[in-house]
Amino acid sequence: MSQTAVAIAAPAVVKPKVGRDDWIMRLCMAGIGVFLAVAVLLPLYTMLSKSLENKDGDFIGLANYAEYFNTPALFLSGINSLYISVICTVIVLGTAFVYGYALTRTDMPFKWFFRLVAVVPLLTPSLLSGISLVYWFGRQGVARELLLGESIYGPIGIIIGSSYWVFPHALMIVITALSITDARLYEAATALRTSAVKTFFTVTLPGCKYGLISAGFVVFILVFTDFGVPKVIGGNFNMLATDIYKQVIGQQNFQMGAVVSVILLVPAVIAFSVDRIVQRKQVALLSARAVPYQPKPNRKLDMAMLAFCSFVALLILLMIGMAQYAALITFWPYNLELTLGNYDFDLANGGGWDSFFNSVRMSLYTALFGTIIIFFGAYLVEKGRGFVAGRSTFHAIAMLPLAVPGMVLGLSYIFFFNNPANPFNFIYGTMVILVVATVAHFYTVSHLTAVTALKQMDAEFESVSASLKTPFYRTFFVVTVPVCLPAILDVSMYLFLNAMTTVSAVVFIYSTETTLASVAVLNMDDQGELPFAAAMAMTIAYTCAAARILHMLLSRGITRSTQAWRTR
Amino acid sequence: MKIPSVLGRIAKLVLAGTAGLAFSTSALLAATTLTVYTAIEADDLKAYAAEFNKQYPDIEIKWVRDSTGIVTAKLLAEKENPQADIVWGLAATSLMLLKAEGMTQAYMPKGGDKLDKKFIDSENPPHWTGMDAWVACICVNTIEAEKLGLPMPTGWEDLTKPVYKGHVVMPNPNSSGTGFLDVSSWLQMFGEEGGWKFMDALHENIAWYTHSGSKPCRQAGAGETPIGISFAYRGAKVKSKGAPIEIVMPKEGAGWDMEATAIIKGTKNLEAAQKLVDFSVSKEANMMYNGVYAVVAYPGIAQPVENYPENIGELMMDNDFQFAADNRKRILKEWQRRYDSKSLPKS
Amino acid sequence: MAAEATTEAGSTPYLVIQNLTKKFGAFTALADISLDVFEREFVCFLGPSGCGKTTLLRAIAGLDIQTTGSINQAGRDISALPPAERDFGIVFQSYALFPNLTVNKNVAYGLENRKLPAAQIKSRVEELLALVGLTDQGIKYPAQLSGGQQQRVALARALAISPGLLLLDEPLSALDAKVRGHLRREIKDLQERLRVTTIMVTHDQEEALTMADRIVVMDQGVIEQIGTPKEIYGAPATAFVADFIGTMNFVPGTVEEGGTVKVGNVKLKCNTGGNAAGADITFAIRPEDINAIDFETGENVVDVEVTFMEFLGSFCRVNLGGDALGGQDLRADFSINLMRRKSMEVGSVLPVYFPPEFIRVYARS
Repeated sequence: MSQTAVAIAAPAVVKPKVGRDDWIMRLCMAGIGVFLAVAVLLPLYTMLSKSLENKDGDFIGLANYAEYFNTPALFLSGINSLYISVICTVIVLGTAFVYGYALTRTDMPFKWFFRLVAVVPLLTPSLLSGISLVYWFGRQGVARELLLGESIYGPIGIIIGSSYWVFPHALMIVITALSITDARLYEAATALRTSAVKTFFTVTLPGCKYGLISAGFVVFILVFTDFGVPKVIGGNFNMLATDIYKQVIGQQNFQMGAVVSVILLVPAVIAFSVDRIVQRKQVALLSARAVPYQPKPNRKLDMAMLAFCSFVALLILLMIGMAQYAALITFWPYNLELTLGNYDFDLANGGGWDSFFNSVRMSLYTALFGTIIIFFGAYLVEKGRGFVAGRSTFHAIAMLPLAVPGMVLGLSYIFFFNNPANPFNFIYGTMVILVVATVAHFYTVSHLTAVTALKQMDAEFESVSASLKTPFYRTFFVVTVPVCLPAILDVSMYLFLNAMTTVSAVVFIYSTETTLASVAVLNMDDQGELPFAAAMAMTIAYTCAAARILHMLLSRGITRSTQAWRTR
Repeated sequence: MKIPSVLGRIAKLVLAGTAGLAFSTSALLAATTLTVYTAIEADDLKAYAAEFNKQYPDIEIKWVRDSTGIVTAKLLAEKENPQADIVWGLAATSLMLLKAEGMTQAYMPKGGDKLDKKFIDSENPPHWTGMDAWVACICVNTIEAEKLGLPMPTGWEDLTKPVYKGHVVMPNPNSSGTGFLDVSSWLQMFGEEGGWKFMDALHENIAWYTHSGSKPCRQAGAGETPIGISFAYRGAKVKSKGAPIEIVMPKEGAGWDMEATAIIKGTKNLEAAQKLVDFSVSKEANMMYNGVYAVVAYPGIAQPVENYPENIGELMMDNDFQFAADNRKRILKEWQRRYDSKSLPKS
Repeated sequence: MAAEATTEAGSTPYLVIQNLTKKFGAFTALADISLDVFEREFVCFLGPSGCGKTTLLRAIAGLDIQTTGSINQAGRDISALPPAERDFGIVFQSYALFPNLTVNKNVAYGLENRKLPAAQIKSRVEELLALVGLTDQGIKYPAQLSGGQQQRVALARALAISPGLLLLDEPLSALDAKVRGHLRREIKDLQERLRVTTIMVTHDQEEALTMADRIVVMDQGVIEQIGTPKEIYGAPATAFVADFIGTMNFVPGTVEEGGTVKVGNVKLKCNTGGNAAGADITFAIRPEDINAIDFETGENVVDVEVTFMEFLGSFCRVNLGGDALGGQDLRADFSINLMRRKSMEVGSVLPVYFPPEFIRVYARS
């Protein structure tokens, strides 16, 4: 470390002295950088190289890929995945747009109720919709006639089930996009006597097009990489995500699993990149000083929207309601007596109550440690001084996990961590690896939430505290954390809910010591123990709902106790 | 429902949480802890461990349970750095695979010579020892079959009849051990050509392939399908639960695999692992297996098991496990080529 | 911190900036800046937005360290030091008050880190709040104060650690005009009492002229002129300074022999600013310096025609044209009094005097 690099009259470039604060910051950033490297970059690299090796670990170039493309069954899965994802994108985007439009642009009654119902699918693993569909439309399903003889096991089931669980993800983006349109545009349109339909196509749609594109990509990626729904309700309809599972679990063909993972990764990364570009444009639109739009009553429109939203909400409630009912049935369909016996998970293959408590523990650790790592990382990126290259690299790596499907991440963890030569090998098979995988899997959205909150803070706090000779960490704890507390809570809630419900990121790396509830749902279904699976999925849902309520109360409490200084 | 135990766990969880978020709530450990990988059904695990601890109280069993495919995959994935000390209750074909990979430790257990020769590795000392047989069967839902007017099938060939079109469910051999033993048994019984010809015909009637071997029978029990190709153990259990099913032993002969035990090479607890193998071949253990399995490795002690078909022993085919293990990859690949590209399920 | 009567700046340079250059990629934000700031002096960096004044301030603070060049503060080379190792207090346009801390806590923020006894911190905070006129406001949160009050808190916080140098980055820009005028005087007063060397960045010339001991006028990364407000206003060194500060008439002309310039059809005596005869120049004079009353006839007296009049309350803005000026209009400010006496109206022709000492001549390229 150079003491002082002096630049006298000669145009020697001044080398800023790295102060104590800078050193600490760089060390912290290096620490979190190492975390991201170990949790994301290195495993993915190991997986890529694995896909180019044969079973004995010799480099064989693209031979595995050649084999993949020459296996019609596997190749067809790729087509199937694309096909399902595109259809779901169209359905979900259309539904979410109308639903979101009703919530933001009309004077429809009971908006609060529809907002509430729309987030219900977030509380459960994606598998739940598959299970529920079996009870609705399976061979013994109560509404099987509605399918007119078609089987629910296959594309129909996958499309319905996937649409159900990705709906809230799309809706949130659509609502954001619709909320930012400038009311003045509508006033101008009215003044120009533009017809309502024309206004819709010339003002409303262009105004939220980036949001819609973004929502479309999110739906596409989620469906394309989801494994839960096709696993449960897919029947013989193969998709890439289930292929990875079959290759690895069924055939122990890790190389081919790696190949399919890479193939799954490619469209996801493309869709993700396009989405990032689109979202950058959206930000520009956001920063314009817009006047918020106040919807005016329009009886015909409001009633039509009420009917539509009621229908969608009913579908959502029917889905989760059936899962709850199924969880209470003694022996479907021959003994419809109600029982709590299906909650005695210790009697089911796939994981007992232990797995539920493991899940809660894992989710708490993920929420705790994940929030600390992610928020502090975002702070360093956003508020650090100098070291621009390091900070922007860090930010770029933080964006990566969103593009990596959970299964791909999980599989890459086997390759990377289960290697005795790896110094981190000791976490394999423990709770730690699950927490690491889950934090990594859900890093990006949390990181962006934290960055957004930090951006809203005065940019000069750090300068002021440096001028007051106060170390940055004191200001971090005394000012930054309290001010950002609502966002910090949001991040931890997001991590908790996702950790409770995720299957794909952990299905390859849990051990029997660390079985998880969401994986238990999968395994119970796998074994055909559907009532247990439904009961476990519902137990997850209760937990998530309770966590949400707790989060809401906490947020309210914070808002109340800090309203003296919080201007918002 | 065991509410008190659940509450107890919640209390424990809260305590653990407040006690500084330790990553494991370490229980008091016995002298030796054995990590045992297994595919034994969850509801039997506790009884097995309790029985074992009656004889060896100072060895604690740490179960790692999953389905056959997953446990096998896990063991192979961990080849470089095995986590398991011993495998107790995994398909013998899987153990042969591990043996071929050099992952198993040869050991002749005390009393191993008393076992039926079919149930022990032919190498001396053996790498694996059998426990019980896990026999294919056909689960038929009598109510649904009657509704659909389906005759009761008597054997494999029956299932290829057009009347059963879309009414048969079987496990995918690529993910299910049961599925694989079915396929390998057909290839052995009907010959290479005949076997595939049979499966071509059967495929026409299959509604869907499942990931697990239990699922077809459970689905038959729940009426999701009238006929599920599964295994007798599951059939008996589903029937005991009150499902309206009939367990049919195919008259041509039923494929089977056995649950078996093997020590993982390199275990740090070799002595304890050997004790477990000793126990696993003992008469007491076999009587315990007999509680749920009708055919066990120890000759002459088997008692009939509730809801098991009586003729099960006679109909078990003469299985060549070596054939199955050696040809596994080729068979699965061929199966996938022929049947897995079917994109749409038949309704 | 006794406030002595003297307001004179010291004569030893306290802050010495030499050959400072700051580049952002290919863009040069500061080009070879050299500047001395004396002890107890109040210096304003004045210039349009993007001129580099804030960049220079941030370089002095160590927030954005320069590419090349050196900065010495009180004889210490601080060129490469991080902000925490320098000696300054800073106030930003946004106040940057910690929203979750009370006024007391904000002011005490820099003190608490020094492990001072609580009682001492408390009395120092009270002293500072009294200094900025916010006694009894200590338990409030920043959001409960007006903008002007918030900026006073920021000032108190910056002064709390008794910095050798006070940096003010557009401190008044976010306030409304009335509060701004009031606070302007207060800050100046405070600075004189505490005798703290102060640098303020502003784009508001009035602010700079009223507050600064010396003004540094900057444009496009270079210093255009350094001088007292009078010098800057009365003798702007460049056309840019002349134009940026106050109002100035600019008319093209050429230098003639004998210390005169030709503008339109008349020759005017003046300091040609070192421009050789025959050179194209810009002739400049402030509207208020065009004299319509007490002058002698003869040199620099020109007959002009009133072409336009605009009543602005206490004075009139008048456009003067006519043949003598070659058809070009000059703007002059005449008092209402004068207008009445001369019964001036549009179309009237009158002689006006261009005092040579007020004429500025700038080279024209």
